[in-house]
Formats: sequence, C-alpha cells, structure tokens
Amino acid sequence: MYKIEKATKLADRVYEFWIRAPHVAQHARAGQFLILRLHEAGERIPLTISAVREDAVRVIFMTVGKTTEELATLRAGDRITDVVGPLGKPSEIANYGTCCVIGGGVGIASTPPIAKELKDAGNHVIGIIGARSADLLILEDEMREICDELYITTDDGSKGVHGFASDVLKKLLEERTLDRVWIIGPAIMMKVTSGVTVPYNVKTYVSLNPIMVDGTGMCGSCRVTVGGETKFACVDGPEFDAHQVDFNELMQRQRIYTAQEKVSLERFAEHRCRCGEGGHRHE
Amino acid sequence: MSGLRSTGAGAARGVTAMSDRPADVRIRDFGEVDIGLSTDEAINEAARCLQCKRPLCVRGCPVGIDIPAFIREVAEGNFPAAARALKEQNMLPAICGRVCPQETQCEGVCILGNKETPIRIGALERFVADWERANGPDLPEVAKPTGRRVAVVGSGPAGLTAAAELARAGHAVTIFESLHEAGGVLTYGIPAFRLPKDVVKAEIDQVLALGARLKKNHVVGRSIGVDELLSYDAVFLATGAGLPAFMGIPGENLNGVYSANEFLTRVNLMHAEAFPEFDTPVLHAARVAVIGGGNVAMDAARVARRLGAKVFLIYRRGEEEMPARRAEVVHAKEEGIEFYTCANPVRILGDQHVTGIECVKMALCGIDASGRRSPKPIEGSEFTLDVDMVIQAIGTSPNPLLVSLIPGLERGRKGNVIVDENGRTSIPHVYAAGDIVTGAATVIEAMGSAKKAAAAINAMLKGE
Repeated sequence: MYKIEKATKLADRVYEFWIRAPHVAQHARAGQFLILRLHEAGERIPLTISAVREDAVRVIFMTVGKTTEELATLRAGDRITDVVGPLGKPSEIANYGTCCVIGGGVGIASTPPIAKELKDAGNHVIGIIGARSADLLILEDEMREICDELYITTDDGSKGVHGFASDVLKKLLEERTLDRVWIIGPAIMMKVTSGVTVPYNVKTYVSLNPIMVDGTGMCGSCRVTVGGETKFACVDGPEFDAHQVDFNELMQRQRIYTAQEKVSLERFAEHRCRCGEGGHRHE
Repeated sequence: MSGLRSTGAGAARGVTAMSDRPADVRIRDFGEVDIGLSTDEAINEAARCLQCKRPLCVRGCPVGIDIPAFIREVAEGNFPAAARALKEQNMLPAICGRVCPQETQCEGVCILGNKETPIRIGALERFVADWERANGPDLPEVAKPTGRRVAVVGSGPAGLTAAAELARAGHAVTIFESLHEAGGVLTYGIPAFRLPKDVVKAEIDQVLALGARLKKNHVVGRSIGVDELLSYDAVFLATGAGLPAFMGIPGENLNGVYSANEFLTRVNLMHAEAFPEFDTPVLHAARVAVIGGGNVAMDAARVARRLGAKVFLIYRRGEEEMPARRAEVVHAKEEGIEFYTCANPVRILGDQHVTGIECVKMALCGIDASGRRSPKPIEGSEFTLDVDMVIQAIGTSPNPLLVSLIPGLERGRKGNVIVDENGRTSIPHVYAAGDIVTGAATVIEAMGSAKKAAAAINAMLKGE
C-alpha cells in the first residue's frame, strides 16, 4: 500500500498528490511515468512523475474518467493499493544550447523535471505554459523559478499572451535559434504545436499518452506508429520525435473504450450520489 | 472404477477428460473445464499403475518427479504421503497437473499406453495437490539460513521454481515482480477455466511460506538499479518471453485489434470480463478472428467465446501442425470455435475500427526447418471474413526491458539470454532459465530448466 502524503486541488478538476513510493522516487528521472491501481477492482493508469521529494513522488491529474474521479476523492493519509515505476525511458537530456519546454493544460505537470534537468545540464531553458484560462494555469511559480524565460498563454486572454503556445513558439523561432523543443499536452495540442518546428528543422520531442495496461512492454496496448514503425510507448517512449509520430492514429486509439469509460463514470457518479460527499471507496 | 476405464471417445484417446463439463455449459462462465477426479476414481486409477522397476514416466518428467512413488501412495489412499512425494521435486503440482502436456511427457511414455490407456498421471497429480490444498498443506523442510542473498527476477513458473529450491536450501531469496500480482504467465496468460487463479495463488503462497520474499510492483532495471541487482550473491533471471509479436500487416493498429497478451491480460489479470464491477474494460465483439495455432491462440479464442462472440481461428498450416495441445484444440472445437486452417491474414479491414480480415489460402508443401510442412500462399485465393475484433496470437519473444540493461550479458539473435548447461550466463553469478533463455515454451520446461539452474546456484553459493 502506498500512502498519500498530501492532496491538493490546484484548479477546477486538477489535483496534485504526493504519494510515498520510495522505489519509484529514488530512481525517477525526467520524462518517466508511474502506473497506479487504486484498489483490488481498479484499473492500471499511467501518470507522469511530476516531481520527487525524498521518498515521495508527485502526480498531477485532471479528472477525466472513473479512476481519476475516484482518485480525487482520496485525502492525505489514504492509501493506494499499487504504484509501480519509474517506467519508460528518461528524457534525452544533454547540453544542447537553447531548449524550449512547452506544457499545455494538465500537461504542464510534466514540464518541471525536464526543464530542471535541462537547466542543470547547462542549457538556456525557455518555458511556455498554456491553459484555456488563467484559473486553469498550474505550476507557474515553479516553472518561473527553473526557467531562464517563461511565457504564459491562455486561450481566452485572461493571462499572458492571448492565444496558444504554438503562437509564442513560432515567434521565438522567427527571432532566434532553438536547439531542442519538448511539447507535452493533449494529443491534438502536441500535433499542432510540433508542426510549427518542422520548417525550422528543430528536433522536437513529444510525450505520448496512449492507453496502457502493464507498462512494461508486455501487451502492446500502447503501440504507436513512429517513422512508419510500430513502437510501444511504455518501453520505447513515452517521448518520441514529434515529426515522426502518427498523431491521428494515436488519437483514434485513445478512443477505443469511449463507450465503456462513459458507463464506468456514470456508474461511479451514481454510487457517489448514494454515498454522499467523499464518494464510495473500495477497500 | 467404471467411469475411468469406460471408453468415452475422448478419454479413450487420452485427449480430453471424462471429467470435463459439457461445452454448452462451460462456455457460459470462466469456471474450470475439467472438474477433476473423485477420491474413488483417483484410487482406482492409481491402482492401474504397474509400478515399473525402471519407470519411463520419471524420465519423461522435466522436473523428475518420482511418479511411481506418489501414485503408490494414492493407490493406498495415503494422500499426505503422496503430496510429500510430489513436492519433493515440484512445488507447483496443482498447476502442473493442469497445464503440463503430459501426453508428450510422462503419460506419453507410460508403458500402459502400448496396450490400453496410459495412467492419467496429470489428473492424479492434480488430485493430490487439490486434496492437500483443501486439507492444509504440509511444507517441506527448510535448511538453516546460509546468509547468502539471491535475487530472483520474475515470479512466473521459472522464478517460482528457483525461488522454492533456493529458499529450501536456506538462502535469503527475494523475488521481484513488475506486476501487482505474482505468477507471470500463470496469472496473466492462462485463463481461469484452465487454471483457476485461487489454485495459482495457493501454490505461490506455499513458495512464500518457505521463506522467499516477494516484492511486487518492482520493475528491475527501473525500480531497482542494475548495480543493486548485481550486488546479490546470486541473480536468477526469469523475465520470460512477454514481448508480443505483431504480423506487420496493414490495419494492425485499428481499434479492435489486440495482441493475445493484451486481451488475456485484461481478462485474466484485470478481470475485464466483470466490467464495470472491475474498472478495466475489454471490447465485446460479435465476431472475432484469432490468428495462430498454439495454446495461447486456443486460450484467446475460448475467452472470446465466453465473452459471447462467434470465434474464427485462422492458422496458416493444417490442424495436425498446430503447436497447441491436442486437448485444447478439441476443447476449442467443442466450444464452437470455427477453424480456418491453411489460411493466412494479409490485411485487416476497417476505417477506425476493425470490420473484417482478408486472408489468403495456403498450400502446404515441403518440410521446413521446424520439421513441419511449410505454407505458401495460393494466388487468387483471397477471402474475407467479416469480424469486429482481431486477436493476434502468433508468438512472443524474450522481454528485453531488463536484460538489455545489464552490461556484459550475452544474448542471442532473438534477444534470448545465452546460458551454459547449468543455466549460467556470461556473468559468473548471474543465471537464467525459462522463456528468457528458450523463447516461448511450456510452463514445465521453464520449471525444469529453473530447477537445474537453482541447483547450480546452490552449488556455487556453497562453494562447491
């Protein structure tokens, strides 16, 4: 069992949890993820490791389905049945020169470890974090502390640049040379934003988030097409060369269980109504 | 008595058991197909044993069980002694009694097979193990602690076998398992109707009762560094052949296309058949194509059938060439799986979701390196099956995740770990056995090689 040390709501439907998991915390590197299973009837879901502090890891998630909704009902002191990790290959960190790390929405959660390791490796690090509106923007202070420069964008103009991260990226590329770009966010955002770096021929990484089961290369649920080849995001990734990724296939495969996810979520919502605030917890 | 010697078509050929539940009943649940022998049946069957002076059956057993000895005890109704005799050589008898291919091993060489039917050694092994589980297990003796530490990576058949042997020898054994349940393929791969999960759990618990520690959720190479792993006095690698192969045909990444590993893991490990009681979903299809002719293909087909589908099994060679156990082929057919033999898929059809599979008929000509007739496509023989799910069960290869991270570990062309006859790798205190060495093989072969490697580790640790 893995104890939740701290549970905080960061924004509407966005939560930050610190979970005690020494074997994960002691080995985690930027770009890696963990898989958790809430209880004996639970599913295994992957979440990026967003920070490490001693024996605890931080995950930041948005409630989008049954498991994340249920996770959000847990509080400090509660326990999660299984946490496994760190999984996936770490980010390819080196001293490249100038690097840009972009996070969109809850994808911002993945950016601090990458930005920090790039900075420690001697890079000039530019951060771009974007959200739909100011109240959904997370980790601004943390990223400001790490990055040499930080740009903020909101879709509605309530903070920073009125527009998308891709707009800022385009402007930066017109003005100066970027040696590497990382983009983490929803698939459609990664697809659009990474398109911006194509004409400039800048090596661009995206962190893919397909459906996973075991996370150790055993099932192939997370297979993605990269450069015309089938890769398993869990062991060959999760980061890949953005310009080689078949994003349309990724988005298609993310929808495999849409109908089942709806059933599960509705059933959970019903349980919750019957059991009152705090939700129903399996033991 | 009569039940056993009766000449039910299946039993007479030694292919399927008299104790199988009827197909139309068993396809409605995931309960065990074969309900096993009653006490009387077991005693009567054991009484048929000739107690050969030079028993061939023992030589046919990869883990060397003293088969006549345990059968003698069964015949005398002395079940605790029978269990002790079994567990002297095999800590997983309830599992082996169910999934070993006895027909090509112990039973295949039983002298009685020449005239009548061989002794049902597997059924007897299972009977004894089940009797012991119901009546409280009796653990073998454990040697005094040696103070030597052994890391066992993987808790499948090979890992559990080595862990049991080494724990009995008094070593401090830690088993690392990446999943949230132990058992490897016994847990995620083989369906409950062939191998009930409480049976697996009970035998794993017995291994742990010998003193082996189990660390679940630990991916060695990730949660445990390679340096830390190599700091153990001995290391035993049993990470299996978990990497699923895909055919590489168009349409393979459409929604509704599974590897058998994924499909079976969702059901066996995650209980997706009970969705939404359990959170993991699996697609339910009306018509399913399963590709392959091995035991895994039969398992996938029969799980899909139990989820309510009409199932087609597509195999590129003939039925006689199928690597699956004959009993599983017969079981699958009894359950209404429709076979398309000498056929091979060329592409999977559909826009976002699978709508069909296009196959070509194959002609069998010549004998290939595997000793089987080699299949060649017949031009112009393409045909299409309308299906809304495709499951590929065309094999798995050694999982590279850990072994590729160990510097100096010699590996073969297919990623398999190279070992000597004692299971020793290119690194002196690192041993390996099971599918990571051989590629996908049977549970009992993995156990046999693990036993050998465990003996070598034990000798090394004792300084012999």
